[in-house]
Amino acid sequence: MNPANRHLTLAGIWLVLLAMPYWLPFVGGYTELGSRVVVMALAAMALNFLLGFTGVLSFGHAAYFGLGAYAAGMTIKYLVPSTLLGILAGVVVGTLAAMLIGALIVRLRGVYFAMVTIAFGQVFYFITFRWNAVTGGDDGLTGWQRQPIDLGFTTIDILGNDKAFYYLVLLFFALAAGAMALILRSPFGRTLLAIRENERRARFLGIPVERHIWISFTISCCFVSLAGALYALLNNFTDPRALRWDQSGNFVIMAVLGGMRSFWGPLIGAAIFVALQDYVSSHTENWMSVIGLFFVLVVLFFPRGILGIRRRKEAS
Amino acid sequence: MSQDKITGAFRRRAFIKGAAAAGALQISAPFIRSAFAADTVKIGLCNPLTGTYAAVGKNELAGCKLALEQINAKGGILGQQAELLVEDSTSGDAGTAVQKSRKLIERDKINFLLGNVNSALALAQAQVSNEKGILHIVPGGHTDAITGATCHWNVFRICNTTQMEANAVAGQLIQNAGKKWYYITPDYAFGHTLQAGLEKAGAKLGGEKAGGDLTPLGTTDFSSYLIKAQAANPDVIIFLTQGDDMVNAIKQAVQFGLDKRLHIAGAQQELEALEGLPPEARIGTWVFEWYWNQPNVPHVAEFVDAVKKTTNRVPTARTWFGFASTWSCALAAEKAGSLEGVKMAKALEDMKLPPEVGLMPDQPYFRAGDHQLIGNLFVGSAQAQGKTEDDFFNVTQVVKGTEAAVSVEETGCKLTWPA
Amino acid sequence: MTQLIIFNVFNGLIVGAFYALMALGLSLILNLSGVINFAHGGFLAIGAYLAYSLMPYIGFWGGLIVAPFLTAGLGLLVERVLIRRLYGRDPLYSLLLTFGLAYIFEDGTRFIWGAQSLPYQVPAILTTPLSTNLFFLTGYRVFMVVLVAVAVVALFLILNRTRLGMRIRAGTQDLETVSTLGVNIRVLRNLNFGLGIYLAGLAGVLAAGLLGLQPTIGTSLIMPSFVAIIVGGLGSLPGTLLGGLLIGIASGIATVFLPSATEAIMYVMMGVVLLIRPRGLLGEEGRLH
Repeated sequence: MNPANRHLTLAGIWLVLLAMPYWLPFVGGYTELGSRVVVMALAAMALNFLLGFTGVLSFGHAAYFGLGAYAAGMTIKYLVPSTLLGILAGVVVGTLAAMLIGALIVRLRGVYFAMVTIAFGQVFYFITFRWNAVTGGDDGLTGWQRQPIDLGFTTIDILGNDKAFYYLVLLFFALAAGAMALILRSPFGRTLLAIRENERRARFLGIPVERHIWISFTISCCFVSLAGALYALLNNFTDPRALRWDQSGNFVIMAVLGGMRSFWGPLIGAAIFVALQDYVSSHTENWMSVIGLFFVLVVLFFPRGILGIRRRKEAS
Repeated sequence: MSQDKITGAFRRRAFIKGAAAAGALQISAPFIRSAFAADTVKIGLCNPLTGTYAAVGKNELAGCKLALEQINAKGGILGQQAELLVEDSTSGDAGTAVQKSRKLIERDKINFLLGNVNSALALAQAQVSNEKGILHIVPGGHTDAITGATCHWNVFRICNTTQMEANAVAGQLIQNAGKKWYYITPDYAFGHTLQAGLEKAGAKLGGEKAGGDLTPLGTTDFSSYLIKAQAANPDVIIFLTQGDDMVNAIKQAVQFGLDKRLHIAGAQQELEALEGLPPEARIGTWVFEWYWNQPNVPHVAEFVDAVKKTTNRVPTARTWFGFASTWSCALAAEKAGSLEGVKMAKALEDMKLPPEVGLMPDQPYFRAGDHQLIGNLFVGSAQAQGKTEDDFFNVTQVVKGTEAAVSVEETGCKLTWPA
Repeated sequence: MTQLIIFNVFNGLIVGAFYALMALGLSLILNLSGVINFAHGGFLAIGAYLAYSLMPYIGFWGGLIVAPFLTAGLGLLVERVLIRRLYGRDPLYSLLLTFGLAYIFEDGTRFIWGAQSLPYQVPAILTTPLSTNLFFLTGYRVFMVVLVAVAVVALFLILNRTRLGMRIRAGTQDLETVSTLGVNIRVLRNLNFGLGIYLAGLAGVLAAGLLGLQPTIGTSLIMPSFVAIIVGGLGSLPGTLLGGLLIGIASGIATVFLPSATEAIMYVMMGVVLLIRPRGLLGEEGRLH
């Protein structure tokens, strides 16, 4: 893609995102839906950092998503009623967990790696489920809300004002996306691509593959936990289901649907998936069949995702 | 690139474009729909239609629909026709429940919110409705906090609190089943509060706890818990699990022959669960919150017939929950003479439900201090077969809600009204 | 206390046998075709519901025989139409496809048979407890174990004494060579998938008698099956059998000592096995990638 096109596309994407609360109601949407799309897009892009760019499939990313959510919620509920601190806590907890677990699992690959990520995800799920006193168990963590942000000179009411919260989410999304793009463009990022393409050759070149995968895993989970923290703030609620493997599955399908090889693919995938789920479940009880059919069709006919099709056309 | 691949790619792109266009058309449709429907009163139901609670959720929906029909036949709400907007909250995903609630309130501009079967989701939705000042009636979410520690001025509840159920059934449990109780409790707020309520109520009558186990929602195999329970040598195993868990647990207990060595009983029981059990497993002392076979109470038979006509089955307590909650919306608006949240909420306080809606021996009313509906509870025993089809419960005692309920102070509810 | 432990160990074996049945089907499919079948629970549910629907016509025993075959038939169809296209691709795709299928099956069963839990009648001769002391050894549960044992033996015989079985085993080791030797691997994979789904259908009919019959009956059984495979070792059917039994027993013992860990314990086991001995207890070397 030549640079002029690329800048135009980038500008287009950001324009659409910035104006979302304004054009969304005209297509039957609502601001909160937009916030949800951005949060999910962040999670899917974070997963794709590992999946699409390092070539490693994790089916347990919801664990870190959920950890971020719970850490944020518990911070606001039990420690300090501050939104920003909650987000920070969410990211720190998720990243630390990923660092520790990542170190243990990087020597596995393929379906084994995927399964062990599910295993850890389920362990966290059951911990949050059972530790009723602290996490609220199956009822979830209630009784707290996102707090207005006090910047000293002004207070931003992100609780009452949906639009304000949307822009906060978008801000964090922009920071995260920018960071991920920078990392991918750096020599480290290039090395990850090399590992994705041919791990053995990368190893022969002397690249410490395990260490790179570990760092990639940590970065990926860091951003997913940010998404989780934002998700908790969006709902003013979090529950164990945020940690379950079907949530992980949703992230994967979003990345695949949009196009794993493309940076912005997961954003498209998330937008379609969230909108589809929201729309279909309002119109029919059998939305599960529709979503299931959707998964099947994407895998069979659009395995490279929506953006993958464009790429193929250009390559030919 | 080969010719085939190029045409394939073109066809695929055309397909995507076509699908996108069709999709865009679909998405714009609701906007058009709501423009036409601008002058109806909208009741939003955000309840499970899929997952574990699908069966009870759908029964509540059936009740809501029947009530809506009746309301519209009588002229609607404040002269306008009423509309029911239904969203699937799923059985456990709070994120979806909250999102759908917001969608109903912000995009669809509902005047009333109904839901949720799942207590946790009910609490989450209550936070949203409270934030937006929408009158919210909970048909079948039982956790005590809804009209207790986290009560809100705009939230009312039809079904009983777990403490009320416990108080109602404890007497018969001691009488029929014995004093040493072993609890099989589902591991979430509903289960915890129900067990706590039973322990308290039981202790007053001389009952003692032989032991207990917390089982996660969705447990399929209760064998290890039942082995433990049996080893503790109780007089009765108290099953507090609900829905499918109840069916699994009792089925397995009966398969183990435990019903021959000790009693099987519990507190809340529902017709949906009894229907899922084989006849030999329909045993035990339980409390129902509403039962369809009330021969001496006026209007009940008509209600049963009306439900049978539309759904081909008898109404369950859930059907009645949905029915009563929808009617309460209409009654609140009529009494307040307005659709404004605070006015309607004040109108509902201490309001008695008319006999065609209450459908029980004593007229139920919404208690002002905590917005809890106080009516009757039906204690009795499950039976394999009654005189008619679907008569799986034999009511032996009708308890007055006023006797089973605790005081408002004890619930911990402190209502704060907006300025 | 010891009695409690012994009871739970025995009971765990019974529960584990059931997990093993599920897991064996899953393992068969995974070993030969490299497909992670998330829809296995859905097939289980379909098997159960088919048996329920057929019961008025052919009774419990008829349903027990016919339903798994019907389910296997559905499995053959699904493999032919959908799964076949995914061979040779990243396992990610089969995971996602079967994930989607699982949704469709759950919703489909709910649509056809309703969300209400259905009462599944097991014949009276099976429901008598065999002993008052060991009350958990109900006729039905013992019957289940016997049936699982029969199925395992039958599977073993098929795999070791028939030509189909020989080809499946060979294909598990090296599918390409088997193909060059003139075996139609398309048919082979198809039949293998059908065999795996037969086991799922059988597990479904057995489950219906034990648990409540509702659309989500299979979803909670999928994860233990995966764990059984990982613990026992990918690529090893005896390993899968052992894995299933172990997690059944572990859950049972956990109920006695640490009830809150009853479900989590199998995942902890899985995590430990993967970290210490990734190939699993009886797994073969070189199956890591």
